[in-house]
Amino acid sequence: MTTMDARSMGTSVRRIEGPDKVTGTAAYAGDTVAAGTLVLHPVQATVARGEITAIDTSAAEAVPGVVAVLTHRDAPRLGDTGDPEHRVLQGTTIHHRGQFVAAVLAEHAEAAAEAARLVVVSVDEAPSTTGFDPDAEAYTPAALGNGQQADTLVGDPDAALAAAPVVVRASYSTPMEHHNPMEPHATTATWIDGRLEVREASQGAELARQTLATLFDAEVTVRSPHVGGGFGTKGFLHAGTVLTVLAARTVPGRPVRFALGRRQMFETVGYRPATVQHMALGAAADGRLEVVAHDVVGATARYKEFVEPAGGSTRSMYAAPHRRTSHRAVPLDLDAPTYMRAPGEAPGSFGLECAVDELAVALDLDPIELRVRNEPDVHPENGLPFSSRGLVECLRTGAERFGWSSWDRAPRRRLVDGWWHGVGVGCGTFPAFRMPGSTAEITFTGGRYVVAIGAADIGQGARTVLTQIAADALGVDVDSIAVEIGSTQVPVGSIAGGSAGTASWGSTVVEAADRFRDKYGDAPDEGDHADAATPDNPWAEEYAMAAYCAQFAEVAVHADTGEIRVPRLLGMFGVGRILNPTLGRSQLQGGMVWGLSMALHEESVVDPRFGEVINHDLAGYHVAANADVRVVEAEWIDEDDAYVNPMGAKGIGEIGIVGVAAAIANAAYHATGVRVRSLPITCDDFLTSGLL
Amino acid sequence: MTTTIPMSITVDGERHDLDVDPRTTLLDALRERLGITTTKKGCDHGQCGACTVLLDGRRVLSCLTLAVAKDGAHVVTADGLATDGELHPVTEAFLANDAYQCGYCTPGQICSAVGAIDEARRGMPSAVTADLAADVTLDRSEIAERMSGNLCRCAAYVNIVSAVEEAAHR
Repeated sequence: MTTMDARSMGTSVRRIEGPDKVTGTAAYAGDTVAAGTLVLHPVQATVARGEITAIDTSAAEAVPGVVAVLTHRDAPRLGDTGDPEHRVLQGTTIHHRGQFVAAVLAEHAEAAAEAARLVVVSVDEAPSTTGFDPDAEAYTPAALGNGQQADTLVGDPDAALAAAPVVVRASYSTPMEHHNPMEPHATTATWIDGRLEVREASQGAELARQTLATLFDAEVTVRSPHVGGGFGTKGFLHAGTVLTVLAARTVPGRPVRFALGRRQMFETVGYRPATVQHMALGAAADGRLEVVAHDVVGATARYKEFVEPAGGSTRSMYAAPHRRTSHRAVPLDLDAPTYMRAPGEAPGSFGLECAVDELAVALDLDPIELRVRNEPDVHPENGLPFSSRGLVECLRTGAERFGWSSWDRAPRRRLVDGWWHGVGVGCGTFPAFRMPGSTAEITFTGGRYVVAIGAADIGQGARTVLTQIAADALGVDVDSIAVEIGSTQVPVGSIAGGSAGTASWGSTVVEAADRFRDKYGDAPDEGDHADAATPDNPWAEEYAMAAYCAQFAEVAVHADTGEIRVPRLLGMFGVGRILNPTLGRSQLQGGMVWGLSMALHEESVVDPRFGEVINHDLAGYHVAANADVRVVEAEWIDEDDAYVNPMGAKGIGEIGIVGVAAAIANAAYHATGVRVRSLPITCDDFLTSGLL
Repeated sequence: MTTTIPMSITVDGERHDLDVDPRTTLLDALRERLGITTTKKGCDHGQCGACTVLLDGRRVLSCLTLAVAKDGAHVVTADGLATDGELHPVTEAFLANDAYQCGYCTPGQICSAVGAIDEARRGMPSAVTADLAADVTLDRSEIAERMSGNLCRCAAYVNIVSAVEEAAHR
């Protein structure tokens, strides 16, 4: 097994759509200006649970410019996708505050908003539970949000903990967080002669098409040429898309547009659910782990289950003969949670990697050395060999580069100009998948190879990197390649998700290119054509395949105010071949800033009386701004992995965030002696410690 | 009945006459009325900066500006920064430094950067300026501070600062 030769891959080709993005002419789903477009404004539930008893739309209908007001009484009936989020205006039951209960269509946004305010919804309210209590009655889910099993058990963890010379037991909590891509979800839908045309902010046009075709039993075309960030929330369709298409069906021939407001981004498009993670580590005096136990209690929605797989990565990180992971779910009357950048790995690495740091302190051992001593030879649960595993090299090279050894390991030693400084490390992993189900089509025309596949560029650079892969697979320059993606008018593509987009689409493009060259050689004629479906990876059951990282943070905590800042982050990544160093570094750095933002800023606060996220805008829900970010460096080790795919590339969309929050919390402990086990880390954690 | 008010506005060098609802923001006037979608809507609350345009040369949040109050104004969006077919130096620097990923906040970032560089040249201090009387040096700390009204969820901040730094010192 070898990876394919790289000529373009590994070089920093500029983003192909760059000129359109920097001028603003790149058209996103809400950037439609067709004459006669109607604007949709929704009416939303103001209780968390109940039954609608009456809806009075008369005042709304009287507003000038209003074309229609749609409710459950008159909305078209929908087919069944099995997803409760898609049952829009199909009945009287309210499952969560913010649920769409009616929609106004109007000629202008102002009229639509005013009319929506005038719709009177009478509700028989039912008791609800919307605040997450990790001690509340919980159940064992049939599967986690990513399909993994809820529980795993090897050996006898409880007996091993009782016998272990050194034990760390601690609980860590992570809050509800919202994705908040800069582009709010937007849909423009038009019914033309019984066919549906949709422009959608989507991580996967084909998945959107399938969903809408099932719901509406119609021929559907979906276009998503540019997507203003997704991070998981634009994977599966949410209620707003269905509402827009429903409403458009009542006005055939007229485009209907619904661009969610920022507040609605906290009400109807999912989030990362809160977790509490009970960690127990037992080790011998030399630091070798005897037992790793990671027991997670997480929030889910009562009407639709999604359980954050926070203990998932603990199954493969470190060797230990006795091990347990478990997940329990507490149902709440909230909007349904969903995938958010590194679902499971991001919060789970906070629990595991902080606990490992606490164990290093208990053992008086360098936390890097502790991790190296527990490096497994094979996957600790399923026994598979690793296709490649760069964790130790990431730790070693990262430590060297970061200047790790120049710091005294004892906490609370460096006070500079009124700020306590410290350093910390946190590690992580993310699986290297290949999704089935894409088709790539290559046509030689006009002296260029047109490569068509329904991939999605959500900012990760798919359009550019697929061009590079195709160029190398066809043995030509990138100038000879024209990639067509982002719609259902090209052959099907799997979604941009699970850090598997490039691996899946790229493998498919390589397969199609191989067939093309087999058929036509390197001097094709006009119109020559080949296609291929995603090939299975023959090694998928033979090796454990994943990316690894070691994140290093320097933290400064103000000695008087407890203000915490992160002057420096370094991420070292073992992610196979980096296909485009500039774009790859951008994506990894972006993920690391997500980790910083998770560590210090992000928390959606639910008012348990009403089931509402009360900080539901970008003033109340702070995401890292420019001045929050100082030095952020992303580097990688040379890693040749011939088993993941022909390109030798592991996904990099999610690994960037993993381990960062733990590195920052561990650095904050090193700086101050204060151990913070709950995110986000804020001033009061230090001020109330009595230690500052 | 809704009252509309006649006004004119010049956008990227082209004059437009229109009747606006007094509730219409400059952002919605651009996007919904004039079909100019090179300015993006990220929050509609003045919290994200995606809608930043240059209004009579100064950077403003078009979502917090009522269109009717800007009769006769000159607006420049990211698409109007080019001159004689040449990209603006800030635009070119964003491309060269990969200072964007999804691109949705980018037009606002670039307009904001143009405004910020101009403010610094005119000596306007920021919260991190040490000497309020001295000329402003746009170092990375100053740039990060002055660009913090423009959120980027892809978090291209490191590259945004590099792009602005490069453009400012050209």
